[in-house]
Amino acid sequence: MNDVTKDIWARWRATTRARIGLGRSGDALPTAPLLEFQAAHSRARDAVHGAVDFAALAAALAPHPSLAVHSQASDRTAYLRRPDLGRRLDPAGIDALSAARGDYDVAFVIADGLSARAVDTHAAAVLRLCLEKLAGWRIAPIVLAAQGRVALGDEIGESLNAAAVAVLIGERPGLSVADSLGIYLTWAPRRGRADSERNCISNIHGAGMSHAAASDLLVWLLRESRRRKLSGIDLKVDPAAALPTG
Amino acid sequence: MPGFAATLNGTRYVFADLKALLACASPLRSGDQLAGIAAETDEQRVAAKMALADLPLRHFLDDALIPYEEDEVTRLIADSHDAAAFAPVAHLTVGEFRDWLLSYQADTGALAKLAPGLTPEMVAAVSKLMRNQDLIAVAAKCRVITGFRTTLGLPGRLASRLQPNHPTDDAEGIAAALLDGLLFGIGDAVIGINPATDSVPDGIRLLDMLETIRQRFEIPTQSCVLAHVTTSLQMMQRGAPVDLVFQSIAGTEAANRGFGIDLAILREAQDAALGLKRGTVGSNVMYFETGQGSALSANAHHGVDQQTLEVRAYAVARAFKPLLVNTVVGFIGPEYLFDAKQIIRAGLEDHCCGKLLGLPMGVDVCYTNHAEADQDDMDSLMTLLGTAGVNFLIAVPGADDVMLNYQSLSFHDVLGLRHLLKLRPAPEFEAWLGRMGMLSEDGRLPPPAADSAALRRLISYE
Repeated sequence: MNDVTKDIWARWRATTRARIGLGRSGDALPTAPLLEFQAAHSRARDAVHGAVDFAALAAALAPHPSLAVHSQASDRTAYLRRPDLGRRLDPAGIDALSAARGDYDVAFVIADGLSARAVDTHAAAVLRLCLEKLAGWRIAPIVLAAQGRVALGDEIGESLNAAAVAVLIGERPGLSVADSLGIYLTWAPRRGRADSERNCISNIHGAGMSHAAASDLLVWLLRESRRRKLSGIDLKVDPAAALPTG
Repeated sequence: MPGFAATLNGTRYVFADLKALLACASPLRSGDQLAGIAAETDEQRVAAKMALADLPLRHFLDDALIPYEEDEVTRLIADSHDAAAFAPVAHLTVGEFRDWLLSYQADTGALAKLAPGLTPEMVAAVSKLMRNQDLIAVAAKCRVITGFRTTLGLPGRLASRLQPNHPTDDAEGIAAALLDGLLFGIGDAVIGINPATDSVPDGIRLLDMLETIRQRFEIPTQSCVLAHVTTSLQMMQRGAPVDLVFQSIAGTEAANRGFGIDLAILREAQDAALGLKRGTVGSNVMYFETGQGSALSANAHHGVDQQTLEVRAYAVARAFKPLLVNTVVGFIGPEYLFDAKQIIRAGLEDHCCGKLLGLPMGVDVCYTNHAEADQDDMDSLMTLLGTAGVNFLIAVPGADDVMLNYQSLSFHDVLGLRHLLKLRPAPEFEAWLGRMGMLSEDGRLPPPAADSAALRRLISYE
């Protein structure tokens, strides 16, 4: 590929993240883009198979108390094969939550989901911003859930007797972004809630939604959810509430 | 119906009904384990295969997996069965049917005549007795030819879908990926965009853009915005240039309801697209995608294994004479197909079973980042499918779909496979590549020189 061709592709490359104009070694990818692809895939796989540093998370959230639970998926392989197990607490988790049962306005759950990197990078920062903005709310101990899926929050919220639950969870990594965090809010969490009964904030990462914008939006959703006693498709986001504050 | 049984190494294995027998005979996959219907041991699986091998093919005509009264897909299968076409194999058991399919007697013509006489359950059953080698050999004997502006499925040809997706449907970003693909000779099956938002105005904007590029460069191919069928209907009502109507389909009425469709709406859309008369060399106007696990995912599987349900989706497809059908084999995730071994097997099954039912099968050779698979595995599946005579493969820039966040094949992969196996693009599209000056004298598509006319024409597009 000579300089003229490179220049023309540069113009197009500005329009998309897609891997265009890569050149050819015969019919195959040249070595540099071949290895760049493998680097991106390795980042995504490491994010899926990595373990969240829950001790560091607990320290970052202190002095707010936290407690660790585990889903019924015993390890990552079980988690990937059996989504149903990732939605249920193991017996020790049920005991721990029963002991902490109270009368809470909201419970926050941090679950590894499909990206440990997303949780390590963004969860504590977003949650601390939320806690600052929720003065006067009765907030349950932060639940740190290993091998957890979104619906695990239903059983956690129910066990703690929380009016609402917000689950911060690592999203499935793509090649371009491996550390995207999602947040799912559910009013009146009970086992068996449908996905249509949740509100979702997704794409929280360096090139996506900022920590401040995500925490603003979550706090707005929490207040609206409490005021209207619902969540999901009937709780539409006011576009003004989603505006980033910086 | 009485149960089924086989004795193996002194143990008698009993299977309560036909769906239990089929589920236990199915090669191991995580989706059937998730549904709790997979064989519990390897020996139980082989015993199920033995019992299945002894079952007369006729049995499937009298023993519906999902009741006729409850499911319009079952009704479609039963009501459209062609007894005369079935006659040549009507006396066989499932095991004998495998032997027949592999015999020299079952040539291209015989298999084409047989297709309307087969039900999806018969085809799923025999595939469970077939090794990967058999799935390739039998599929390679099938020929399914369809047409719109290109003729697809001809011997010695391998077509491709160009998939220029963009996370925000940006017109320039889509054009960039599209032009890159054309320079690799990709796009003869369809230029098909998965839109980021399923809306009528956005879909029309994308269709108009594709139409402009197609006419500007006089490309003999068809375009498609893979929106919901009801969106396509509205786009057609507003006069948009719809070549193909797309829809994801599944093998049960309940799963299709989960997709927001039924047979009647598909018929309405097919009629509307036919009425536009936009095809030049043929009038196949439908494009369907499928994938094992979709019914379980929608909690609409009726206890039937995912591979059998996938083949039932092909019965839905064949009622509408589609131009293209492809399984999106590795997209659904590891809870349905755990690793590359399961993805590769499923891809070969889907291709062979679709072809036996007379469908123009392609495959999206793909995986997600939480499945145990990588590009090496896609190389394997793509090469196996090339030898099996797959009608078309899907390709994206650098194998990375930046909208759907999964990995498919790259433009490079499809081009390399064509050259390796000496397979050519669809004839109308190949002639266009020739007119663009992109083909060498031996019919290959070499890397373009920096001053090549095609390169300059295409990438100077505004």
